[in-house]
Amino acid sequence: MSKARAIWALLLGLLVATGAWVATEAAPVRMGPVTDDWGVVRVARGQPIVIAYWLVVAGPDASLGVDSRRGIEIAIDDKKTVAGHPVRLIGEDTGCNAEGGTTAATKLAANRQIVAAVGSSCSSEAVPGAPILCKAGIVTVSPSNTAPKLTDPNRGPEYACYLRTAHNDLVQGRAAAQFAYHVLGVRRAATVHDGSPYAEGLANVFADVFKRLGGTITSQEAVSPTDTDMRPVLTRIAAGKPDLIYYPIFIAAGGHITRQAKEVAGLERVKLMSADGTFSPDFWKAAGEAARGMYHSSPDLSVEALGTKYQQFLDKHQKKYGEKPLSAFHAHAYDAAMMIFAAIEKVAKKDAQGNTYIGRKALRDALFATRNFPGITGTLTCNPYGDCADPKIAVYQTISADPAKWNPGTDPKKVWSMKR
Amino acid sequence: MAAGVARRVNFVDAFLWAFRLVVVAVVVWGTVGTLRLGRYTGEQWVDFVIFGLAQGGIYALIALGYTMVYGILRMINFAHGEVFMSGAYTAYFVAAPLAASGFLNRHPILSLLLLVGVAAAVSLGVAVLVERVAYRPLRRAPRLVPLITAIGASFFLQYAFRGLYGSGFKAYPEFELFKGEWQVLGVGILRTQAVVLVSAAVLMFSLYQFVMRTKVGKAMRAVSEDKDAAALMGIDVDRIIVLTFAIGGAAAGAAGILYALVFKQVHFFMGFVPGIKAFTSAVLGGIGNIPGAMLGGLFLGVVESVGPALFLDGLGIPAPYQLKDVIAFTMLVMVLIFRPQGILGERLAAKRA
Repeated sequence: MSKARAIWALLLGLLVATGAWVATEAAPVRMGPVTDDWGVVRVARGQPIVIAYWLVVAGPDASLGVDSRRGIEIAIDDKKTVAGHPVRLIGEDTGCNAEGGTTAATKLAANRQIVAAVGSSCSSEAVPGAPILCKAGIVTVSPSNTAPKLTDPNRGPEYACYLRTAHNDLVQGRAAAQFAYHVLGVRRAATVHDGSPYAEGLANVFADVFKRLGGTITSQEAVSPTDTDMRPVLTRIAAGKPDLIYYPIFIAAGGHITRQAKEVAGLERVKLMSADGTFSPDFWKAAGEAARGMYHSSPDLSVEALGTKYQQFLDKHQKKYGEKPLSAFHAHAYDAAMMIFAAIEKVAKKDAQGNTYIGRKALRDALFATRNFPGITGTLTCNPYGDCADPKIAVYQTISADPAKWNPGTDPKKVWSMKR
Repeated sequence: MAAGVARRVNFVDAFLWAFRLVVVAVVVWGTVGTLRLGRYTGEQWVDFVIFGLAQGGIYALIALGYTMVYGILRMINFAHGEVFMSGAYTAYFVAAPLAASGFLNRHPILSLLLLVGVAAAVSLGVAVLVERVAYRPLRRAPRLVPLITAIGASFFLQYAFRGLYGSGFKAYPEFELFKGEWQVLGVGILRTQAVVLVSAAVLMFSLYQFVMRTKVGKAMRAVSEDKDAAALMGIDVDRIIVLTFAIGGAAAGAAGILYALVFKQVHFFMGFVPGIKAFTSAVLGGIGNIPGAMLGGLFLGVVESVGPALFLDGLGIPAPYQLKDVIAFTMLVMVLIFRPQGILGERLAAKRA
């Protein structure tokens, strides 16, 4: 009897606590000179402003996240102080999957000192992770998520704190389809995705645009990221007699498709094309010589396209880390961090003692109000759904497939860039 | 009471019958639909079957290790996928310098035998070590305990390789000799797949002969039937168990090289999925039964390769190859419902277990 009563009491207590929590969340918070609906971060005089990253910095896809983290670190070196405070960077690994994104976002959401975040790396992490940060009032800017649905006009209020400096794949998919149709002159294409939001979104955009241009999509296939035997699915593709296969997936499965495609009857002369997810020397290791001659769509990271600012960035990168960038999104991460710093300086208010107060919703609104921001990747202007990129897409062709010779621009050779 | 039991049994039976009918109806409907569509040529169907047999041969070789250990110890060695990985991964460090020096393409058969030897030796060593460290101290423990240490050993091996050699991919060198196709009875077969099929068949046949015809094989069968009685007859049970792990490990190592021939890359996590699939093959064929594991492996490989095109295309399901694991595991559930002992499993095994 007493046990049952205890349980009821506990439930009631939980209910009251939840109610109280919801009530405090909804009401504007007042702290120092700032009132804000989402809460206020107080940074004591002389203390650092905390910025967090949630990127994939370990495991098989680590090159993607480490590349972005270095972009943020160089931005912090360049900026030195924000609103009179130094900047401290903390972070969590996201593993390039939904579970990792959820864990990292939950950990960051629990830290009330975090002012803003940079991340995530893979779109699959952001789909469940961004709403967790939004609930905690932490605004986040992704340097490398490209899935269209993350900044879709119908994305829902749970993504209200999410922006990105990476291109939307509506742009990359369109560029890839235009290249295939107009430059390669192919009329029949097949697509393959791996069930991830990134790959599925990009493959669908490619197929839509290719059909609108007048081409035929012979089949739209899917594999799973752990598949190794691609010959059956390639045989199915061969039945449609395509001239090109577009498979914007990740390194492991992409390597298997590249190696096995020419072995399947009917695909000996087919052209292969992948995207930024496999644009890495690691992909050449996985695909071997079979990668020779294939195409990749990827952000255009040439000094001709980005200007001298990018050359200066590369010099700093070489000096600080002693090597070339590992992947394609370091400049986007640099711009994401700089955009956040500018927005903080716009909304931060000081009290008489020199402590700084930052309203969370005010910071979010300031970021969405970014107009004509001069970044490395271009002039950034954010739309109401969080797309801030000034996208430049190029197509590269693999020449040697020797990982030691990886040097985007010459090998893989830049063969086309998007007209704007 | 008796009536109640009878009614319950009837209800379950009726449900299982309905389930069976639904699956058969879906399969027949899909197959007829696909054949009517006429999307694939006869040659492509043959290709599907050959791709499936090559993949299935690899599953079968790994499945042998699962089934032999189960037959003797009544436990699932979940570290077996990692035993497979460690052989293939280590042999890479022999294959790469051989290819760089040109020896690989000057003496392809010798190199292949050398690689198989290295992989089999390493896998054998790892399998025996795992048995010594993770299973033998727990020989008299409840059955769940070695299952958990098996999963622990599996993680340990994966992350040991990751720590030693990094998390990236390593590309296996290609044999010039095995590039291209051979014409067999008017059908083009990829040379790598022909090599895999023939080697898998030879290995499986010799293993079967070993178990059925030699004295040690007889001792293994005796231990599998009754450990205590075998010990009373003067058989060193521990030695036979080690030997079983060694043979299963060597087969997995050889399978690792065949896998590397077909897929041409290795990484630390490569053992997980083939391990699960091989375990499925062993259960499909009747766990504890050696010909059953071979049949189960080939069957699973062919179903995975042919199934999505044959059953799902006709139903109008887009991108059917995403569902190939669904087909494989539906097959497993069907077998477990209607023939719990597996395709070739004996009722005797179920009674003893």
